[in-house]
Amino acid sequence: MLLREGLVGLLARCGHEVVAAVGDAQELIAAVEEHGPDIVVTDVRMPPGFQDEGLHAAVQLRESRPRLPVLVLSQYVQRAYASELLDSGDGTGIGYLLKDRVGQVEEFVDALAEVAKGGMVVDPEVVRQLLRRRRDPLERLTPREREVLALIAEGKSNGAIARQLVVSEAAVGKHIGGILTKLDLPPADETHRRVLAVLAYLRA
Amino acid sequence: MSRPGFLLSAWPWRSVGYLLTGAVSGVLVLVGLVMLAVVGGALAVVLVGIPLLVVLALTGLPVAWVERRRLALVDLDPASDPHRTPAAEGLWPWLTTRLREQVTWRELAYTVLFSALLWPLDALVFTVALLFPVSMAATPLLMATIGGGRETKVLKHWTVTTWPTAFGVAVLGLLLLALGAYVLGAAAGARAELTRLLIADRDGDLGSRVVELSRSRVRLVDAFEAERRRIERDLHDGAQQRLVALTMTLGLARLDAPPGPLADQLAKAHDEAGGALAELRELIHGIHPKVLADYGLEAAVADAADRSVVPVDVELPLPGRFEQAVEAAAYFVVCEALANIDKHSGASRAEVRGGHAGGRLVLEMRDDGCGGADASAGSGLTGLADRVSVLNGRLSLSSPPGGPTLLRVEFPCEATELRAAAARFA
Repeated sequence: MLLREGLVGLLARCGHEVVAAVGDAQELIAAVEEHGPDIVVTDVRMPPGFQDEGLHAAVQLRESRPRLPVLVLSQYVQRAYASELLDSGDGTGIGYLLKDRVGQVEEFVDALAEVAKGGMVVDPEVVRQLLRRRRDPLERLTPREREVLALIAEGKSNGAIARQLVVSEAAVGKHIGGILTKLDLPPADETHRRVLAVLAYLRA
Repeated sequence: MSRPGFLLSAWPWRSVGYLLTGAVSGVLVLVGLVMLAVVGGALAVVLVGIPLLVVLALTGLPVAWVERRRLALVDLDPASDPHRTPAAEGLWPWLTTRLREQVTWRELAYTVLFSALLWPLDALVFTVALLFPVSMAATPLLMATIGGGRETKVLKHWTVTTWPTAFGVAVLGLLLLALGAYVLGAAAGARAELTRLLIADRDGDLGSRVVELSRSRVRLVDAFEAERRRIERDLHDGAQQRLVALTMTLGLARLDAPPGPLADQLAKAHDEAGGALAELRELIHGIHPKVLADYGLEAAVADAADRSVVPVDVELPLPGRFEQAVEAAAYFVVCEALANIDKHSGASRAEVRGGHAGGRLVLEMRDDGCGGADASAGSGLTGLADRVSVLNGRLSLSSPPGGPTLLRVEFPCEATELRAAAARFA
């Protein structure tokens, strides 16, 4: 309730139009049918059961509209939730963020824009946790390449990654090339390959 | 009885009292039983007798009640009432409770045995061990009074005609009386033991108390789990939401604030609130991880492994979900094991393996660390072992100095519904 009102205010403040703010998963699905929004922002936990109704509603929405951008807010750093969401649709236009992130208004609004554009944003905290897992496909990556992949997962552009790692954009491009080769992702649509790399990374 | 003072103590008299009252009450019980059976049997044809037959079935209750009190004559241990208290007030709950109790029927059997066999035995021992010696000891007296100083019959059988013989019989009688006191004591003791065995609360009933006790332990653990979930929910839906709203407000305020001391203060407050939120999130996760409730043990263990500093391999194919208590106990065992591995083992790698087979859920946590872990050294493992044992599970630890350490738990349990989400996650 509190959070919903805050979010409506925040989004309005940043120049977005909120077409509907609803209280449970059923209403959410109905509201999407009615308004056809550019993006859906939902909590994992929702009434009536306060389990993971919001997440299931998001997955369900993605099944009927694979291109509908969805940003899911979660209280938890949880691979299980992230995996279920990322497996829905074709993996584009998806965000999985910790609720805390809403407080970092600018970052949150950037992530929202990235997801609405069809990108993929995974919370840095989730990414950090996943970095601890050293499984086969990722073991082939160099530490630097893993770092770059983590930043891609956070929804950063090549330019932003270059700035954060203090390297040239060309170097970032080279690392990305290395990642895509090692993860066995042959050249195709550039955006798509980035998403697939993140998916491979998350599922590893 | 082996003590030297036995003959002079009250015990021979107590034994006599026990056997005598036994004989007398046995006769009364026999008469009562026969009358009830005859009248009830005869009237059963016209249905009136049926309640009488029920009463017959319940005759064990008052008889046993009296018998347990009579035990106090020769047995200093009070015999407690083995009956349960009926769940509700009223005749009908009382009747159904009593008729369902095994002890009711044992008491009826005792009553039949008592009326048919035990009281004649009581009377026999009383007669042979007390009356016969007493009557022998009284021979000179009888000779002097009834026999007119010339003759009398010992035990109405052997004729005695001289005074020396009469006094000889009297001395023999006194000796036999002393011997009889021991016989009386032994008989009364054996009789009391038999009674206690049949109708007093005994070890067999300890079983039902143990069952009740373990049930109450399970209820406690369940209550404890429910409380954890409630606290998790309250924190999640209350304090945490407020903190998120607060950080959001602070974030917006920072956007509006012009650069200066105010903006710096706001930034500080914003960071603090963010830090509090992160701490609260970890705290809530530790209380009851949501992933355990939503996705089950397999996902929760994978998640715990993700959080571990030491790399952990997980191989835990499970057929579905288990009872909440089992899942929670298993999960917390894994967490404790991983925490110990992080803190103490110095291991470079760990693994969690397990599965469900033959009605048992088995989990094994292994590491290549230094070993020397001790479950009895007051570590968190002791508490876990208690929780595991409540669920009839077993926890074993093998950790020789130098390693490796292997912690194994198993629970008897059956897998239930398999959630689509859990399947997809696997």
